[in-house]
Amino acid sequence: MFPPLPNPSVQPSASKFGEQDLVRRSASTVPQPARQLTPMAKLIDVSKCIGCKACQSACLEWNDLREDVGINHGSYDNPLDLTPNSLTVMRFTEWVNPETKNLEWLIRKDGCMHCADPGCLKACPAPGAIVQYSNGIVDFVHDHCIGCGYCVTGCPFNIPRISKADNKAYKCTLCSDRMAVGQGPACAKACPTQAIVFGTKDDMKKWADDRIKDLKSRGFKNAGLYDPPGVGGTHVMYVLHHADQPKIYAGLPENPRISPVVQLWKGLTKYAGLTAIAAFAAIGVLHHVVMGPNRVTEDDEQNAKRLAEDRS
Amino acid sequence: MSAHKIEPGVVGHGIADPDDSVHRGNPVTVDRYTAGARINHWITATCLVLLAVSGLALFHPSLFFLTGLFGGGQLTRALHPWIGVVLFFSFAGLFFRFWRLNLWKGADTTWMVRLNEVIGNRDHEDPELVEIGKYNAGQKIVFWGMSFLIIVLISSGVVIWNHYFSDYSTVDQKRLAMIVHSIAAVVIICVWIVHVYAAIWVRGTIGAMTRGRVTGGWAWRHHRKWLKELVTGKPPG
Ligand code: SF4
Ligand code: SF4
Repeated sequence: MFPPLPNPSVQPSASKFGEQDLVRRSASTVPQPARQLTPMAKLIDVSKCIGCKACQSACLEWNDLREDVGINHGSYDNPLDLTPNSLTVMRFTEWVNPETKNLEWLIRKDGCMHCADPGCLKACPAPGAIVQYSNGIVDFVHDHCIGCGYCVTGCPFNIPRISKADNKAYKCTLCSDRMAVGQGPACAKACPTQAIVFGTKDDMKKWADDRIKDLKSRGFKNAGLYDPPGVGGTHVMYVLHHADQPKIYAGLPENPRISPVVQLWKGLTKYAGLTAIAAFAAIGVLHHVVMGPNRVTEDDEQNAKRLAEDRS
Repeated sequence: MSAHKIEPGVVGHGIADPDDSVHRGNPVTVDRYTAGARINHWITATCLVLLAVSGLALFHPSLFFLTGLFGGGQLTRALHPWIGVVLFFSFAGLFFRFWRLNLWKGADTTWMVRLNEVIGNRDHEDPELVEIGKYNAGQKIVFWGMSFLIIVLISSGVVIWNHYFSDYSTVDQKRLAMIVHSIAAVVIICVWIVHVYAAIWVRGTIGAMTRGRVTGGWAWRHHRKWLKELVTGKPPG
């Protein structure tokens, strides 16, 4: 068993990290932080998950959110997708293993992956609406969010959801408020099987290694860790029994990365666009300086007069 | 005003545009835009400027402060698409007023080929370059360019208008719409700069859109064929 985080003191305490620990801030720059926090991570072991949704409930409970009563879609998925209230959802897949012909029930807890290279932050146009701390948390700052939904296009995992009620973007915070006082995420705390564990990223990788060895010894030869390098690794990682085909876990992307279209939009287009506009304006000014105004001459007026008078 | 009734002091009505006419006097004045066309134009122009400013605010972080002009980021985000809708319909009005006279003619190609003489202000003695109808090739390109870009902008804009239409497209389609919208916006701003600069450089042009009139000399110098058509009531030669 993974030793759970001890319950912290209930005395008020100063936040363990804050503004000074930002490594990225959307549409703005931050000074290099003076210290590096230990990178933290959540490890979700899909092979241990029993689909009880305690984590989903804990998330609603801790964040004081309520989901609308939905309808039965004929599957255990409830709600069917992430929403501005449901920052995490369990995605159930019935998969027939072509080798063993066994029916496998794959249950993946979906939610923000807290990418080291977050596409949401890259796409966001509002200064400070998305921030990243040196411990790996990618957090949305709602006071600065303008509800444009650019983060949705930036995210390779299709995570952020924009609330129609207040036009702000919502996603898992990795319980940044709990982490600030030395606790772990509410979902990890609630998980009865330790399918969700939380700790430093190094410890989580070590723990995952043991889990993968165990899975391999039980015949899951492709068991592995999902910590996709395309986004610089993530601070929410999965242990998958079939790590060679993440797609079967309700479409977990094979090689997630910030879409090249988003890269182009937020890179070249942004700079080339402003340059082009400035160049056109400059050419206009320059042309005027060199050529002077194009004025109608007295001759032109006389010619026009002659033309008009000839006619009458 | 009916097409062929001669009013006091009015020389003739062109087939070029039934609303345009030449008035004798010193100088001769020529009606170029009706009040309706001018109002239509300035509504469009205002929308275009507001769209450019609010759009640029969300385009580059260094311009985000421009959201302040619209009452903050949330309002900028909410207003921008609505202004776009107004522009779309307003521009459609201009389009139906002007499209016929903006059809491309053989002479326009010549004009474009010899554009350097035009911008070098060396075009005023050459019959090939002075016999211009109501619109020259540059104006036509601005017209068709704007028409095309506005269609691109409204259609890509709807895809990324998340408040109402987020459910109708996939994330990939939104990404594509996003980049198409940004590039088209940059291009239309450049086209707009050309349009505004040309109106400033060619003195006497702005009056056409403010007071509705230009002087005869202006028409003689820049749109001689149009002037002749207006005076004679038929295309010359
Ligand atoms: S998963 Fe999406 S929302 Fe979460 S940090 Fe990565 S890009 Fe941002
Ligand atoms: S909706 Fe997303 S991209 Fe837009 S301001 Fe809010 S966090 Fe940033």
